[in-house]
Amino acid sequence: MNQCKTFIKQLGFARGVIVAFTVLLFVLAFVKDLQMGQLISDCLSRFGRHGILVLSLLPFVKGGLGLNFGLPVGVLCGLVGVVFSINLNLAGYDGLAVALAVGGGLGIVIGLFYGWLLNKVKGQEMVVGTYVGFASVSFMCLAWMMLPFNNPTLVWSIAGKGLRMTIPMDDTYGRILDNLWSFTVGDIWVPTGLILSFLVACILVALFFKTRHGMAIIAAGQNEKFAIASSIKPNRTRLLATTLSTFLGAIGIVIYSQSYGFVQLYTAPLMIAFPIVACILIGGAGIRTATMFHVIFGCLVFQSLLTVALPVANEFIGGDITEAARIVISNGIILYALVGVGAQK
Amino acid sequence: MSQTEQTKNFLEFKNIKKNYYENAVLKDISFSVAAGEIHGLIGENGAGKSTLMNILFGMPVIHSTGGYEGEVLINGENKLITSPKNAIEHGIGMVHQEFMLIPELSIFENIKLNKELTKRYFFNAVLPKKLEILDIKKMRKEAQIALKKVGLTIDELLPVAGLPVGHMQFIEIAREIDNSKIKLLVFDEPTAVLAESEADRLLKTMKSLAKDLNIAILFISHRLDEIRKVCDRVSVLRDGELVGTFDHENLDIPKMAELMVGRNVDLTFKAREIKVECSGTPKLELRDFSVRMPGERVNNINLSVVKGEILGIAGLAGQGKIGIANGIAGLFPASGEVLIDGKSLRLNCPKTSLESGIGFLCEDRRGTGLLLDESIEDNIALTAMVVQKKFLKKGWLKPFQFMDQEGVTKRAEEIREIFNLNCTNVKQMTRRLSGGNQQKVCIGRVLTTNPSLLMVSEPTRGVDIGAKELILQKVLQINREEDTTVLFTSSELLELRSVCDRIAIIADGKVVAILPPDAPDRLFGLAMAGDIEDLNRELGDLKK
Repeated sequence: MNQCKTFIKQLGFARGVIVAFTVLLFVLAFVKDLQMGQLISDCLSRFGRHGILVLSLLPFVKGGLGLNFGLPVGVLCGLVGVVFSINLNLAGYDGLAVALAVGGGLGIVIGLFYGWLLNKVKGQEMVVGTYVGFASVSFMCLAWMMLPFNNPTLVWSIAGKGLRMTIPMDDTYGRILDNLWSFTVGDIWVPTGLILSFLVACILVALFFKTRHGMAIIAAGQNEKFAIASSIKPNRTRLLATTLSTFLGAIGIVIYSQSYGFVQLYTAPLMIAFPIVACILIGGAGIRTATMFHVIFGCLVFQSLLTVALPVANEFIGGDITEAARIVISNGIILYALVGVGAQK
Repeated sequence: MSQTEQTKNFLEFKNIKKNYYENAVLKDISFSVAAGEIHGLIGENGAGKSTLMNILFGMPVIHSTGGYEGEVLINGENKLITSPKNAIEHGIGMVHQEFMLIPELSIFENIKLNKELTKRYFFNAVLPKKLEILDIKKMRKEAQIALKKVGLTIDELLPVAGLPVGHMQFIEIAREIDNSKIKLLVFDEPTAVLAESEADRLLKTMKSLAKDLNIAILFISHRLDEIRKVCDRVSVLRDGELVGTFDHENLDIPKMAELMVGRNVDLTFKAREIKVECSGTPKLELRDFSVRMPGERVNNINLSVVKGEILGIAGLAGQGKIGIANGIAGLFPASGEVLIDGKSLRLNCPKTSLESGIGFLCEDRRGTGLLLDESIEDNIALTAMVVQKKFLKKGWLKPFQFMDQEGVTKRAEEIREIFNLNCTNVKQMTRRLSGGNQQKVCIGRVLTTNPSLLMVSEPTRGVDIGAKELILQKVLQINREEDTTVLFTSSELLELRSVCDRIAIIADGKVVAILPPDAPDRLFGLAMAGDIEDLNRELGDLKK
């Protein structure tokens, strides 16, 4: 009971409301006799799909850089990887592996540049990150038109060049991880491979933070003066944290795309950072503190909320308020976290 | 000063008492300042001078911590000063140690800031008074008068930025003088930033202000010779008590110095023997060593620390004692030469400093000393792990070696045992610990790197008595049993005298004297005040 109390206290009022609201939606869905099995399956796949993207924020916060609103930078690297592998007509695990390798590799290179840039603007990482994200999406809008991809499944059929807005992945490796070892309990379908991939990523990141370099990132992120006195170079740990975050962003979008079954290009990644950031914040993280628990719990709560809100709202209002609710909640929680910085301690 | 004036005190403190929480910082202070008098106020850091001034100016920090006991009489009437604005209305002004001037504004604008003169203009027929226009001409004229009173002839239209520091100090005074109601001026170490000739001029100005304008002056300074030059009376504070008020005629500098630092308390470690042979091989040598640490500059000092000794570094705040260890540890830009065991140390590089076996316990515990949101054990192990690659599991690829959690916990339990660390378990966050226990964690972290030269700065600041004794005992034990050389910086002379073999006194960024811990109080007092002349005379007397 006591533990429960401290947990609620740590969660904070706004987060408590959101968790309560999610529970309420589930109860309403049950009362209204909606297809609970279907709903829970959707929750699980959305949870697994967004997991690594949310995880990618963790090194950034721990490194003392705040919330990574420049997430599109990593996401774009991952998208290049996916498009590259499809262009080679690779299907199945080969395609997935190539996409991960190319996307991840690119994420590391670009992440180093991004980290270098952020070291020049210490203290304004979140604002600068937001605009770097926006700018890189726009830049890639041009690039998607001009890059020399030529696989007919990728390019506009009439013009014969320039990538399409949305590319289906059914013939390559769409839902390959979701279907791996998946099973059905009652009428709940569990995408085992997808969730496993997320959990494995979590474990690897957690282990990384138990190494010398991981500890150095934490130390420098929390207290730069302390780090310098222990001869840690904060600029280097920040670079490492940014690179890791960008790398995970790239991996995350590859996993996301295969689960979603489509690759979305052009302006699709423009706003991706906001709901992802909202996830980790709802989990209880702040600008300066975040744990693995915040990542997993936040992702589960927020994605469930979005899944259940639509059918329930349809029952009551008969219109789609999910999109509005998503924007209000995700931006609201970001605002809450930004103003609540001091209140955290 | 005539007899009638002397009886007419402008300001009188009567039985002032002030507690911060349980801690009594002022105990029954009573003294008075007459109009036209220059009254000196001296005392070590923490003696209660600033608290007394905070009471006089009605600072919020006083009222938010429960106010004070006793009376502040202004012109014979008991007044409760509730805010700095209120103090100004009573005619009390302060000349700050740091300049509170706006560099972009001109001199007269600074002087007239927030008391601008205005005149009515065409539109003021309908507009409120706040929107009247500035009467620049009149403001300039009044500013010029104020400047003349402090003896500064300067174009009042010049911007403050770029003026020499000495001028800024006078402008600050002119601004206070410009308040026609001014009756009492407080000078808080006004000469600390001035060159000698400027300081002389300032003292002259103070004298003429007191004489010509009949203003009472409260002069806070660490420089005893200045106090002697200008003060009519001097009050000495020590540990929140008023230990004496002297008239100008019987000002006795060595006596004042003795009163300032002397204590009747028994030294805790009297029984220990002092290592007298301090001429052994040097562990650490500083040659022309300078450190640019803001507020604690060190200028070209030469000092050598003998292997196996505890060398104390004493001095008043802002004189540079803190800078020495910070410079050696590489945390602030340093120049000159540092030799460790005869080998030159690369400066400004915390890494080489740590690798050459220097452990540094920083005075800034919550800032530099701890990761407040990490566990006790992680705090203790971190430096050793990152720098010396201790506590890592073998067999993995080098960059991916994992932390040896068991080893870390074991070490933390050891520290907990040795230092009697009061915590629920070693996984507790350090934020939740008391000041004393946090300090124990910091020391544990430094000791875990096995330093051969241990530098501790203010290890007992903000620490309760029990923890304090334990920490001092441990430092002594580490030194005596493991032969670790210790550089012990502290503002508390008593503490230094109870553990150190020799004590170096720093004033104005230089080593003024190296004294044995059992030297008389007045020598320490004179050395800390940087009064070399009197010190040498006293030392000469001692030798005879």
